[in-house]
Amino acid sequence: MSNFENTAYNFAYLDEQTKRMIRRALLKAVAIPGYQVPFASREMPMPYGWGTGGIQVTAAVIGPEDVLKVIDQGSDDTTNAVSIRNFFQKTTNVETTEETAKASLIQTRHRIPETPLTDGQILVYQVPIPEPLRFLEPRETETRKMHALEEYGLMHVKLYEDISRHGDIATTYAYPVNVAGRYVMDPSPTPKFDNPKMNNMPALQLFGAGREKRIYAIPPYTEVVSLDFEDYPFTIQKWEEPCALCGETESFLDEVILDDAGGRMFVCSDSHYCKSRQEQGHSGSQSPDAEKASREVAE
Amino acid sequence: MEMLRAENVGKSFTLHVQDSTVISVFEHIDFTLNKGDCIALTGASGAGKSTFMRMIYANYICQEGSIRVRHGADWVDMVSAPPHEILDVRRQTMGYVSQFLRVIPRVATLDIVADPLKAMGVEVEVARGRAAVMLRRLNIPEALWSLSPLTFSGGEQQRVNIARGFVADYPIMLLDEPTASLDAGNRAVVLDLITEAKTRGTALIGIFHDEDVREAVCTSEFDITKFRAVNDG
Amino acid sequence: MAMNSLLSVENLTVKYGDRVGCRNVGFDLFPGEVLGVVGESGSGKSTLLNAVSGQLPPHSGRVSYKTRLNDRCDIYGMTEPERRFLMRTDWAFVHQNPRDGLRMSVSAGANIGERLMGVGWRHYGEIREAGLNWLEKVEIDDDRVDDLPSTFSGGMLQRLQIARNLVSKPRLVFMDEPTGGLDVSVQARLLDLLRGLVSDLGLSVMIVTHDLAVARLLSHRLMVMQGGQVVESGLTDQVLDDPQHPYSQLLVSSILQV
Repeated sequence: MSNFENTAYNFAYLDEQTKRMIRRALLKAVAIPGYQVPFASREMPMPYGWGTGGIQVTAAVIGPEDVLKVIDQGSDDTTNAVSIRNFFQKTTNVETTEETAKASLIQTRHRIPETPLTDGQILVYQVPIPEPLRFLEPRETETRKMHALEEYGLMHVKLYEDISRHGDIATTYAYPVNVAGRYVMDPSPTPKFDNPKMNNMPALQLFGAGREKRIYAIPPYTEVVSLDFEDYPFTIQKWEEPCALCGETESFLDEVILDDAGGRMFVCSDSHYCKSRQEQGHSGSQSPDAEKASREVAE
Repeated sequence: MEMLRAENVGKSFTLHVQDSTVISVFEHIDFTLNKGDCIALTGASGAGKSTFMRMIYANYICQEGSIRVRHGADWVDMVSAPPHEILDVRRQTMGYVSQFLRVIPRVATLDIVADPLKAMGVEVEVARGRAAVMLRRLNIPEALWSLSPLTFSGGEQQRVNIARGFVADYPIMLLDEPTASLDAGNRAVVLDLITEAKTRGTALIGIFHDEDVREAVCTSEFDITKFRAVNDG
Repeated sequence: MAMNSLLSVENLTVKYGDRVGCRNVGFDLFPGEVLGVVGESGSGKSTLLNAVSGQLPPHSGRVSYKTRLNDRCDIYGMTEPERRFLMRTDWAFVHQNPRDGLRMSVSAGANIGERLMGVGWRHYGEIREAGLNWLEKVEIDDDRVDDLPSTFSGGMLQRLQIARNLVSKPRLVFMDEPTGGLDVSVQARLLDLLRGLVSDLGLSVMIVTHDLAVARLLSHRLMVMQGGQVVESGLTDQVLDDPQHPYSQLLVSSILQV
């Protein structure tokens, strides 16, 4: 920790006692998968809602040897991602990357990278509302009791309500999951597209909610099941067209408005994944080399 | 066969809201009712005919004595039995035609009459069928059956009450002025019902104002005046 | 304690600090029996209801319940998960204000289905079917199944609360002034409905009310409370027509005649 230029701050901004406090919470969270551990969330040099929970978790686990990747909505170059990356660069001087496979530590808001994560990696989620039961039960004392006693009928009330209102389970993000057959957990605000990736993931998944002062975790290779009904099984979103830039058909797509005449395209939300596919020669309908794209579609 | 035996029965009311005035009604009543009997309770107004009848039904509390009723194979003391046993006696053994109709608003007349049968476990449709027969006999127009009797005239309400009392063939029946306010035709129907019940072996106790009604159906009279208690002051 | 009673209450005393909520109350409730508790506000009837229904631990005394397996269990001796499970399956509680017993932010169908989902129902079609059945039983049009309770009238809300409670086929139902706050005509309809459901389903009911007419029409047996104590109990019509205790006499003679 000595070869770190900015001596005005401790390594990774937080003081060592705070990091220990967070690590204790993390250890408990890993020991009880899906259980929300209260922790003494600190004031961070940014507003709540910008990922103060995720940043505290990252600060508590990051070491000088780590390689850090930060994404927001799947993208490495949005404002939030860039500023958090800069923050850690400045306070830890660790190496940063956009490459999923190269990162040892990934902080994310909203998405899980398309490239499968591997053993030894850590994925840190920024969480706005950790309590999955909050939607229907405003009393914290009651939701804690419901978790303690495994009374999760209410979770299905929410899904029931979705089907009766929309004809299908319309919840597309913050879709509740059962972790290791015990606790029901809110992966908020991750889209349900990514829920299957959480199941049996080789990487360690850590969740931090700064404003709500909660930490929870999914240890590697843990069973994560999305809740559903027998006659309305869990499904993930599908798009009718492939990515307009890399031609991928299996990734999560963002809609991009091109002009004010209704022009739009769908592209991978995982910017690094899309870029590396394009570098490998894949292309889509809006690629600079559209001719090549149409050739690929024809194949 | 003995169906009911009251021994040493006495009754007084303590009116706490009126300086705890005690009104003694009667004392030391011994009374027996057999199968097929129809005993008329007689005595001047205020002698306690209705009070005694209500005590037999356990509607009024009996402070003294016992009132035992043959209930299936057992004898039940209406004075000391727990509430659920008394309710069972009322459900299976003892019917009571009072002068007042007390029902939940909105319930159809047909269902009110069928109710005692349903409570005995008779199937709804069978119970309604028998209720319909009874209502027809008592000349309640079919158009009224689906309405609540609370909107009926006094005479009609009285007839609904009688239909409800006679629909279930209880072994013991208590009749409090069943023919009051009925026209001659309907009174004849009620007398027929009583006679049929007697023939079936039902044991009846009744309060009848009209002497000719008593003469037509009663097997004996029981004058309650003889048991009048002496009031202090 | 009677052998075949469903619920037995012995010497129950609840204190609020030095004040007594109810004192030394004991009674048995038998299967299929409706017990009315009457008394003026502050007489301790709601305290008693809450203590008996497992929501207010008593200072002393015992509440025991005979489960479907015929075990007699002490309500305050069982673990909290066991008690909560009992309360949302075998028992039901109908609040005076239906908003206290309903989830106002989810549809009528979801309100009815919640208890079913709580015991593991996971087939949407079946849950919805059960909801529609119960709407019919409580006389609410089936096209209201997806509507929020906030669009319902007071009488409909109370009927929805009853459906939500009875869907799990409870054996014991507690009711706190279920007809309070409703128009007289709506009350009559609810009384009729309740009486029908109670006898059709063979429910045991403990109902707290200050309305003696309601008590007469619904309950088999009555307890009169005053100052936290039961001053008189017996057959409903006996207590109302030949009350013995000074307070019962006062209560009965205070009814306004229409």
